[in-house]
Amino acid sequence: MSTMLLEGSAHGERLQLSGIGAWTAENARRLEAEIDAETQRREPIKRVDIDMARVDQLDTFGAWLLERLSRTFSARGCTTQVFGLRENYRALVDELHGVKEEPEPAPRGNQIAYALAKIGENIALVGHSIAAMVNMLGALVMAVGRAVSHPRSFRFTSMVHQLDNVGWRAVPIILLITFLIGCIIAQQGIFHFRKFGADIYVVDMVGILVLREIGVLIVSIMVAGRSGSAYTAELGSMKMREEIDALRTMGFDPVEVLVLPRIVALLIGVPILTFLGSMAALYGGGLVCWLYGGISPDIFVHRLKEAISLDTFEVGIMKAPFMALVIGVIACVEGLAVKGSSESLGLQTTASVVESIFLVIVLDGFFAIFFASIGM
Amino acid sequence: MEKGNGGREMIIEVRDLVVGFGDHVVLDHVNLDVYRGEVLGFVGGSGAGKSVLMRTIIGLLPKRAGTIKVFDVDLIYASESQRQSVERRWGVLFQQGALFSSLTVRENLQFPIRENLELSERLLDELVVAKLEMVGLDANVCEKFPSELSGGMTKRVALARALALDPEIVFLDEPTSGLDPIGAGDFDTLIATLQRTLGLTVFMVTHDLDSLHTVCDRIAVLADGRVIAAGTMDTMLASTHPWLRAYFHGKRSRAGQREHARPNA
Repeated sequence: MSTMLLEGSAHGERLQLSGIGAWTAENARRLEAEIDAETQRREPIKRVDIDMARVDQLDTFGAWLLERLSRTFSARGCTTQVFGLRENYRALVDELHGVKEEPEPAPRGNQIAYALAKIGENIALVGHSIAAMVNMLGALVMAVGRAVSHPRSFRFTSMVHQLDNVGWRAVPIILLITFLIGCIIAQQGIFHFRKFGADIYVVDMVGILVLREIGVLIVSIMVAGRSGSAYTAELGSMKMREEIDALRTMGFDPVEVLVLPRIVALLIGVPILTFLGSMAALYGGGLVCWLYGGISPDIFVHRLKEAISLDTFEVGIMKAPFMALVIGVIACVEGLAVKGSSESLGLQTTASVVESIFLVIVLDGFFAIFFASIGM
Repeated sequence: MEKGNGGREMIIEVRDLVVGFGDHVVLDHVNLDVYRGEVLGFVGGSGAGKSVLMRTIIGLLPKRAGTIKVFDVDLIYASESQRQSVERRWGVLFQQGALFSSLTVRENLQFPIRENLELSERLLDELVVAKLEMVGLDANVCEKFPSELSGGMTKRVALARALALDPEIVFLDEPTSGLDPIGAGDFDTLIATLQRTLGLTVFMVTHDLDSLHTVCDRIAVLADGRVIAAGTMDTMLASTHPWLRAYFHGKRSRAGQREHARPNA
């Protein structure tokens, strides 16, 4: 197996090299090592003869290594000669002879400066994405204005289709998850409140928590993951296939045709889902209170009426359209920011989900402060 | 290996191949031979199943009946290692290039080499430059991503990747589609040069009549789910089959242009 691929012998200032066997891709690794060994000879060599007569197979890999061998010696000022090459390989060797040296890679700059530049770039990027969001909001307002002045231009069919996707089809999973969350909150509440003999306050906790915060938050996070990502991926792949550009050249505004129906669908869908989700969570909480805490449904409902007011419900449901807007705008902005590659599509989809969940929670925090200060 | 047609070595042998989707039979008992060292141009109407045949030969589509032997190996019955050794000996240029969009040009070219051979980083980098120059590109495209390349450059990089492991046969799916006539002409010359220098066998699905005239040694024609003719350009031009006459003597063909130009001349 490991016969020599290159034999060399030095005669004074002359180095006689002869290649043997198959100079092909499979042997390239071995051949490279043997060539490197020959080029590192210490003798003062002025003349190199490379005999290729015994090489019976040659491909691009071998031909390049031959070229490298003769270049290395030529660069040292030796006269290099290749002979005995088979006629059918001559064209290949000549082809590789014309290959230019690879340009030296640019020297790497200061690492600290590089790190600082990266931080700066990222901060600028945050600024850009805020600008893109504001830009999208503006475009959306324009599109709404056009839709109001020319109601026929609004894509009603498309909106209904999107509503089916993000609203109707999301109902089972939303109901299931919020129901489970309601059960868990009630169970934990009973378990810990029981120590103080305050079981009955579980109803207050479940009612207020679910209606004010948890219902809308869980639904928003689910919608961001389920529908926001779908929006980004849809718009992104349309961008990749130049469908958005095609729309534009036909005189349509992509925001009006694609973004507005999607966001309107979310604006309708999320409050409905929030309502359904809150009810499912209350139902789950009530069920656990009955089965695990021994609080009968009658008492649960009675206590709930005392604990919550219409305000509690309103605070939760009022937040829903804002959450929908944030999710929709971010999903569409990220979708339209997709560039040519599939990697970019993946990045933007991830960014869309992460950003919208983050902003939903931040927004919820602001709402909490706002409602507290107006006494709701 | 089987010899045929004047003792030339057969690289691909397709016998009685049937391929279909649902009720639709695309290829109906197709027979085709490809010989070592030739450039075979494969033509047929849009939707006739040219790409389907190519994809079936390289194992991307299942067949219903018939045999396909590549390098005398039937891939259906081949062991995993046999399969790999056959796949290592062919290169495929897809219609849209199919470059990996998350890798740079350099990484795209190095990918097949890295997976199959253990070479030093220095040699890998040098080979990328060499391969790029062979397909007529500069070393400065190395760090670009596929989305930053023009159509012609994408095709060239994809060809370089198909040639990365020095295959014995390359499958080209419409290599000149979407290129301007100058770019397409250059690409034809490039394929001819590479075929000569590397001793390649080329299986080329194409619609480009100029490619057929300039680089193809032999042409095979697919129509009605069968190979209705195979032979040199002269055979095609002499044929009386109505589809062949329409194809090779149509307004856009060289023969056709001469015929149409004559009355005015």
